[in-house]
Amino acid sequence: MTPDVDSRPFLMNKNRLLWAKYGLQGGKLMQTPDQKLKELDRQEYEELASQIRPKPKWAANLLWAFVVGGLICTLGQWMVNFMVSRGVSLADASSSASCILIFLAAMATGLGYYNQLGQRAGAGSIVPITGFANAIVASALEFKREGYIFGVGARIFSVAGPTLVFGFVVAVLVGLIKVFLTS
Amino acid sequence: MVPLYMAFLVGGSLCLIGQIIMDATKANVTPGHILVGYITSGAILSGLGIYQSLVNLGGAGATVPLSGFGHLLVQGTLKAVEQRGLLGAFSGGVEAAAAGITAAIVFGYLVAVVFNPKVKE
Repeated sequence: MTPDVDSRPFLMNKNRLLWAKYGLQGGKLMQTPDQKLKELDRQEYEELASQIRPKPKWAANLLWAFVVGGLICTLGQWMVNFMVSRGVSLADASSSASCILIFLAAMATGLGYYNQLGQRAGAGSIVPITGFANAIVASALEFKREGYIFGVGARIFSVAGPTLVFGFVVAVLVGLIKVFLTS
Repeated sequence: MVPLYMAFLVGGSLCLIGQIIMDATKANVTPGHILVGYITSGAILSGLGIYQSLVNLGGAGATVPLSGFGHLLVQGTLKAVEQRGLLGAFSGGVEAAAAGITAAIVFGYLVAVVFNPKVKE
């Protein structure tokens, strides 16, 4: 790694590259040929590193999202199967499983575990309905200092609101299309 | 009953698509966009009659992701339109999804009242 070059502002970096190329420039600092070589090595290293770096991260992100998302859905399916085997209708079992998952995710968010999971799992923790519950609790918690009515009460909807709006709008539009097609 | 591994495969794949969208677009797509995008596309696919076959295949793997929530809204609406006509277009969606929406709001509020925000380390 080359932290000393990486962490410098762009202009400084550029100046160093100029020095590396022309040696004495502006009269202040001079680099030995050895330093020039190092600078070129760094450039080469950065180029190579930038080509290689994103790929393993992509794969790990995708795997985490797939496994965590899949496991949350499996938990839901396990609850649905259990309730159906006890004589609950599929629709009721499905709604109940969603409510339980929402409760678990809300608690996990309050305790701080869900965000830790989210940092690793990415979309695997956002796409399931547990991510919806997490978004509600996280945004409500963030504005708790503004009070329980217009802090928590209002900010609950800062992510849930847009989600419900688009869900409702599409659902009503589909319903209206069906009304016109059947009448 | 849908086997557990099918729920895992279908649910995992839906999340995988979300991760690809997030990684490919970097900072432009927030979790909020993902949620809105999934509920919208789930509702549209449901209206076109495509999403139901995914639910038949993957069970909770298709209903637990937020696209399944959009599917629930649309299927509730369509059912209510058959029974009540135009009024059903406005009442059916929320009726079907009432449990999930209410649970999210009530549990969300209670948890936010009881717990305090965790300080980031």
